[in-house]
Amino acid sequence: MNWTPDQPLVRIRDVVKRFGQLTVLNGISMNVHKGDVICLIGPSGSGKSTLLRCINGLVPIDSGSILVEGQEVHDPKLDKLALRRKVGMVFQQYNLFPHRTALDNVMMAPIHVLKRKRDEVEVQARELIRKVRLQGKENSYPGELSGGQQQRIAIARSLAMNPDVMLFDEVTAALDPETVKEVLVTIRQLAEEGMTCIIVTHEMGFAREVADRVYFTDGGVIVEHGPPDQLLSAPKQDRTRAFLDKVL
Amino acid sequence: MGAGDACAGVYAVIANRADFPVLLPFRPGTGGEGFRLSAWHGAAVVTALVFAVALGEAHAQAGAATPSILATMLKWTPLLAEGFALNIAMSFLAMAIGTLVGVPLGLGQISLMLPVRTSSWFVTQFFRNSPWLVLLFYCMLLLPFEVHIGNTIVPLPGWLKSTIGLSLPVMANVSELVRGAVRSIPYGQWEAAESLAYTRMQTLWLIILPQCVKRMTPPWMNLYAILTVATPLTSVVGVSEAMTLTGDILSSEGRTELLVPMYLYLLLWFFLYCYPIARATLRLEKRFQVR
Amino acid sequence: MGLQPVWDWFRILHETTGIKLTIFYDAFDRARFFNGFLTSVRLMGVCLVFSVVIGVVGAWIQGSRFRVLRLITQGYIQFFRNTPPLVQLYFFYFALGAYLRVSTGNGLTVPLVSNFTWAAICLSFYAGAFNVEIFRAGIEAVPRETIEAAESLGYSRLRAYAYIVLPLAFRISLPALNNNLVNLIKTTTISYAIAVPEMLYVANQIWSDESNVPEMMNVLLIAYVSLVGVLVFVMGRWERAMRVPGYMP
Repeated sequence: MNWTPDQPLVRIRDVVKRFGQLTVLNGISMNVHKGDVICLIGPSGSGKSTLLRCINGLVPIDSGSILVEGQEVHDPKLDKLALRRKVGMVFQQYNLFPHRTALDNVMMAPIHVLKRKRDEVEVQARELIRKVRLQGKENSYPGELSGGQQQRIAIARSLAMNPDVMLFDEVTAALDPETVKEVLVTIRQLAEEGMTCIIVTHEMGFAREVADRVYFTDGGVIVEHGPPDQLLSAPKQDRTRAFLDKVL
Repeated sequence: MGAGDACAGVYAVIANRADFPVLLPFRPGTGGEGFRLSAWHGAAVVTALVFAVALGEAHAQAGAATPSILATMLKWTPLLAEGFALNIAMSFLAMAIGTLVGVPLGLGQISLMLPVRTSSWFVTQFFRNSPWLVLLFYCMLLLPFEVHIGNTIVPLPGWLKSTIGLSLPVMANVSELVRGAVRSIPYGQWEAAESLAYTRMQTLWLIILPQCVKRMTPPWMNLYAILTVATPLTSVVGVSEAMTLTGDILSSEGRTELLVPMYLYLLLWFFLYCYPIARATLRLEKRFQVR
Repeated sequence: MGLQPVWDWFRILHETTGIKLTIFYDAFDRARFFNGFLTSVRLMGVCLVFSVVIGVVGAWIQGSRFRVLRLITQGYIQFFRNTPPLVQLYFFYFALGAYLRVSTGNGLTVPLVSNFTWAAICLSFYAGAFNVEIFRAGIEAVPRETIEAAESLGYSRLRAYAYIVLPLAFRISLPALNNNLVNLIKTTTISYAIAVPEMLYVANQIWSDESNVPEMMNVLLIAYVSLVGVLVFVMGRWERAMRVPGYMP
C-alpha cells in the first residue's frame, strides 16, 4: 500500500478482459515507471484502447490486477475520483464539451471536481493553453476550432487536473495529416518535461522519436516489447515483423 | 466501441455515426407527429373563408332583415375571443405541468437504479399509449370537484380537470423527448467527463443536460403546437372553450349558411396563433444546427 | 354457459365490495360492451389497412410524371396534415354528410354514409397523408447510384424498384410508420364525437345507465392501453426483424 517512487507508477499484472465471447485482453502484464514514455502499437482490435480504459477504471477487468501508485484500480472500494485525478486521458475523438469555450473546458474540472478557487484555476488554465500554443483561442468554442486545436485543448484539459500519468488513445487518428504534427509536438514536449505517458498510436515515426519502450500487442497479448530502435528496426518476433511490414 | 458495450445499460448510448455509406438521410416532411405551418396555410384558410362567406351570402334567404355573415362573425368575435383565451390558458397550463413532471420522469428513465428506471419507463409508456380523449374523460369524471390541501379547499373546475387530463400525454412525450436527447449526446462526452473525475450527477447537470436543452427545444415547441390544436377535444367533455362556443353560437343563430364560415373562422384563429410559433420553431431549429 | 362462474364472481365482487363491473355479470351490458370493443377493433383495423394503402398509392402518385396528379395529391396531403382531425371529422360528417342523403321510399332522407364509414374514411385519409410523406422519404433515402448499380447489373427500372428500392425504402420508413400508426389508433377515439358506437361511446351509455363511472373508466383506460400496447409490441418486433444492420438514422 505504501507506494514509493522507485516502484512502478502503473503496474499491470495478467489482466484479462472479455466482451461476451470475445477475449480482448488475454493476460497483459507491464510495468511503467515514473517518467517512462510507453507506446502501444498493434493491429486494430488488439485491445490497446481497452487496456487504456482499464487503467483509468472506465472499463472493469475480469481478472488480474492494475496498480496505479500502489492503489488497485479495480478494487470496488476504491475512490474512483482519487484515481482519476492521478490518471489523465485524451481521446481519439477529443470529446471537448461543445457548449463551453476552450478556456471553460480547461477550467471546468478543477473547479467542479477539485473544488479549487476560480482565480488560481484560471491562471493555470491560461498557462496551459499557452503551453499548447493556443493562446488567443481561449474564448473560442470547440466547434470553431480545427481538429488539431481541439485535441490540444483536450490535452490541456487533462493536464489541468495535474495527473501523474497521461493516457493517449490514438489521439492523432482522427486528424488531417497537416494537424497531426502539431499534436505530436505537444505530446513530445510533455514527455521531455518528464510526464509519464502511455500512448496508443499508429505513428511509428513518433514512437521511434519519443518512446522509451514500445509494446506490440496482437490478439490480446503482448507479443514483444523493447526500445523503439530495436523493436521497430529489428523485431524479434515474426508477428511483429509482419505487422511492421504492413504499416511501414 | 468496446468501452461503450461494457458499461451499464444506461451508458450504452449509441455513438453518433456518420451517415450510412449506402443510404441518404431519412427526411420525411415533418416528424411523425408534427405538421409545419406556413403562410400558405393561412392564405388557404382565408381564401376558403372568403369563398364560404361569399357562397353563404349568395344562398342566404332573400329577406333583408338577416344581417350579413361577416357582420354576424364580427358580432360574436368577443365571445369567441373569450373562449379562445381559455384554449390558450389550458394549453399553457397543460404544457407547464407536463414539462415540470415530464423532465424528472425522463431523467428517471436513465437512472442507474433499476426500480426507478422501470417505473419511469412504465409510466411513460402507459400515458404514451393512452388516447388523449380517454384521458380527458378519465380526469373530467374521476377527479374530485374540489381538493383539500391542509386547511384550504381548492376547487377544481371542469377546465382545470381537462387541463390536467391534457398534461398527462404531454408529460409522457416530454419524458421521451428528454430520454431521446440524453441518448443522442455522443458517448464520448460521458467518457471524457468520467475520466475528468466528474460524478454522474455532475456530468448530467453540467455537461449532458445543457447540451440537451438546445436539441429538445424545437420538438418541445412542436409538442406545444400539437397540444394547442388538441385543446378543442375538451369540447367533447363539456368545457366551454372556443369550439363549444362556436357550436352554441351556431345553434342560437340557427342559420345553416353560417356553419362553414364560422368553423373556418375558428380555424383561422388557431392558425394565427400557431403560425408564429411554427416560424419561431423553424428559426430555432436552423440556429441550433449550425453549432 | 361455461363462463358463468366467472361472471358470477364479478357479481359477488359487486355485492361484497361495491365495485360494479356490470360488463361482466350482466348479459346485456356484456353484449353491449363487447360489441363496442369489436367496433373499436374494427375501426382501428380498417383505418390501419386503408391508411397504409393510401400511403403507398399516394407515394407512387407523387413520383408520377403528371403534374396535375402530383398537385392534387399534394393538396390532399396539406389539407389533412394541417387541420385538426376533430375538425376534419365534423366537416365530413356534418357539412358534407348534410348533402349526401338518399331518399327512402316514403319521403324521408337518410344519410348515404354511416358515421362509422365517415370516421373510417376521415381517419384513413388523415393518417394516409402522413404515410405518403413517410414512404416518399423512405424512397428518397435510397440514392440514385443504387438504382444505377442495379440497372448496370441488368435490372429493369421496374424490377430495380420492386426488388431493391422498395424493400429498402420500407425498412427505412418502418419506425416512422409505426409511430404514425400508433397515433392513428389512439386518434380513433375521436369518433366518439360523431356517435360511432365504439368502446368509449358504449362505455358512456353503460355508465349513464349503471352509474359505475370509475369502474368503466378504469376498464376503458386499461382496454385502450392494452390495445395500443399490443400494436406497439407487434410493430416493435417487426421493426427489429426488418432492421437494416448498421443503419442508425
